[in-house]
Amino acid sequence: MKRQPVLSVEDLSVSFRMYDTGLEQADLQVISNLTLDVCPGEIVAIAGSSGSGKSLLAHAVMGLLPGNASVTGKILYKGMLLSQKEKEKLRGKEIALVPQSVSYLDPLMTVGAQVTGRTPDEKTLKAQKEIFQRFHLKEGTEKLYPFQLSGGMARRILVSTAVLSNAQIILADEPTPGLDLEMAVEALKIFRELADEGKSVLLITHDIDLAFHIADRVAVFYAGTTVEIADAEDFQKGPKALRHPYSKALWEALPQNGFKPIPGFQPYAKDLPKGCLFSPRCPYKTEECEKEIPMTKVRGGYVRCIHAD
Amino acid sequence: MNNAVAEKRMSSLEKRKFYRNRRTKTILVAVFIFAALLGVYLSGILLSDDLITADFSQKALKPSLEHPFGTDMLGRDMLVRTLKGLSVSIVVGTVASGVSAVIALIVGAAAATGVSWLDHFINWVIDLVMGIPHTVLLILISFACGKGLKGVLIGVAVTHWTGLARIIRSEVLQIRSQQYIEVSKKLGHSSWWITVHHILPHMVPQFMIGLILMFPHAIMHESSLTFLGFGLSPEQPAIGIILSESMKYLSAGMWWLAFFPGLMLVILVLLFDRLGENLKKLMDPYSAQE
Amino acid sequence: MQIEGKNLSFRYGPKLPWVLKDVSLTVKEGERVGLVGPSGYGKSTLVRILAGYLKPEEGQVLLDGKPLPAKGVCPVQLIYQHPENAINPRWKMKKVLQESGMFREDIMGALGIEKDWLQRYPRELSGGELQRFCVARSLFPGTHFLFADEMSTMLDVITQAQIWDLMLKEVEARNLGLLMVTHNMELAKKICTRTINLEKMNHEMKI
Repeated sequence: MKRQPVLSVEDLSVSFRMYDTGLEQADLQVISNLTLDVCPGEIVAIAGSSGSGKSLLAHAVMGLLPGNASVTGKILYKGMLLSQKEKEKLRGKEIALVPQSVSYLDPLMTVGAQVTGRTPDEKTLKAQKEIFQRFHLKEGTEKLYPFQLSGGMARRILVSTAVLSNAQIILADEPTPGLDLEMAVEALKIFRELADEGKSVLLITHDIDLAFHIADRVAVFYAGTTVEIADAEDFQKGPKALRHPYSKALWEALPQNGFKPIPGFQPYAKDLPKGCLFSPRCPYKTEECEKEIPMTKVRGGYVRCIHAD
Repeated sequence: MNNAVAEKRMSSLEKRKFYRNRRTKTILVAVFIFAALLGVYLSGILLSDDLITADFSQKALKPSLEHPFGTDMLGRDMLVRTLKGLSVSIVVGTVASGVSAVIALIVGAAAATGVSWLDHFINWVIDLVMGIPHTVLLILISFACGKGLKGVLIGVAVTHWTGLARIIRSEVLQIRSQQYIEVSKKLGHSSWWITVHHILPHMVPQFMIGLILMFPHAIMHESSLTFLGFGLSPEQPAIGIILSESMKYLSAGMWWLAFFPGLMLVILVLLFDRLGENLKKLMDPYSAQE
Repeated sequence: MQIEGKNLSFRYGPKLPWVLKDVSLTVKEGERVGLVGPSGYGKSTLVRILAGYLKPEEGQVLLDGKPLPAKGVCPVQLIYQHPENAINPRWKMKKVLQESGMFREDIMGALGIEKDWLQRYPRELSGGELQRFCVARSLFPGTHFLFADEMSTMLDVITQAQIWDLMLKEVEARNLGLLMVTHNMELAKKICTRTINLEKMNHEMKI
């Protein structure tokens, strides 16, 4: 009863070619062998460390990477391989992005015009009024310019824009920072409703405690690759139900679950460790971990760890 | 099958090699242009003045192997005259755009200090300078300063800073609003310290590119001033003088008097322009990584 | 020592609605205060006023009864939400620490700053790593109050726990006053000795 995924990413790697000092160039491998898919009606949350390539994945799907990036692997939309040209065609129509930074708003345009487009019809206007109301944005907000908004308001505007775009897939890159709990939950509820209508949402977020409750599946990223993909339920249950040591550490670092940090840092993209990217911080590290680690199926979820059981 | 894979790998390797060379190539081109310009300047300085003494036995010769650019009505070699003229142009261009760029930096940074009357005043001056037709202003200033090399230099220097000043003003304003500037203030650093350590280093690319791209303008304006008779004096070997002299003989069919000097001037200007564009590619954050 | 905001009012322009109206609060040394409330109630604005980055239209900010020093080293330091904006992108990290005179072994050790980060540019470090530098440079001897405006919102939960762990140790050791803005009630519960809800204190309900 596996449905056809609406968006699937297969073995994606992204690297940036950067100049060191002078004329030497070095490759920065920021995403390696990443595999992920989203089905219609599904919310997939992406959790993981800052700088693990979550936003870059969104940008790769949207075709927004800069010129010095090189991409290998496949990105498929409804089974069709996407080229840069097609990404540009689908962008904003079939696939919409809620960008991470509130500075993505046009500073010279009222927010109303940015949300609805320049010549909105009755229906869009009505939809816009509705969603502003749900987000507790007072009447008249649509006439304001971005600099008159607080961070949280701008965030809600960005979410509204994507919701009104009628896209099949919404890539939400950190839609909740700056929002209080009530508003964050409201934003996630709106995503849930969209998913229930048959659309798909990729939710990139650090508010993982919220995401665990609203998403269907959760993908955990570390240093540019997926270390675990599993049902959100497992993440609600806690470390026992999880498979990868990093996912467990994430869970235990939540303020309500002990606020316990594990030591160490995510490796820098210039010198990634061999084999398992998490191995330098992992308590279970063995020699085997220096080999290439594939994603394997464990207890119904996928994990990139040879010690998982 | 294997072959195809290997081929693919090869071509991507080659591509990478080309890619890797992008910055190297840009630098090579810039160095080459710089050397060419330096060569023109030095040859103009080093060639003896004896080469362009009047020799009526050689007058009005068509281009030949002996005189590639021909000779003028006084029998002077046009190639030597052109080189000397270009050399003068380069000096005028260097000094005038150097002074202009420094003025632009100071004025632009001053306008962006946050003192509102100063900003208004400077913007008013910029509008004023930009509002007067350029050539008219140049002629007025050059004439008022006594024409000659001094007049041209002052005229060109004080009329070319406005565009760059505007760019620098907006850049400084933008950087002044950054959080790290606020932080620096709260760490106890003075406005002067912040200007020197945070702001000026950010201006280096704009300044350098602005400076180089000002060269062509300065050189063209020097030539046109001289052509119109408000610039360098007739005994100086300037391109403007050469071109205005040639006007008298063009109808007599002596096309080489205008053609070669004019062509060389255009090439010189284009070289500077290309040098600026190459530097821009290297320094501009949007293209620096390519 | 204590920092006191007295009847603060603020708006971004003479005709615009008030962002803050008649807000007063006090933070004492050794206290850890969480500032919470729905978005749009001026939490960030209040913190910026208290830290001396913005001038209130009415009311005043007093440090032990005296106005905040306008120039020189400020005893109140603010840590921002986006560390990448708070660090000069053209500087190597070593220079960032040197700017505040905090290029010191003990500070780097306390905040877990690795030696080889010092030779890197900001874009070569992650948000969590940069945020450590922002904290480090704020911890000079003259600092008495640290204000954190959603300092860990953009960080993953492990990095968030790491940073707060390190920072709380320093805050306790130096008996600093801490004022943090957050939307995460669970985080505030873990860290703060008391919380203030701006919704109840701000006398102007706004947009």
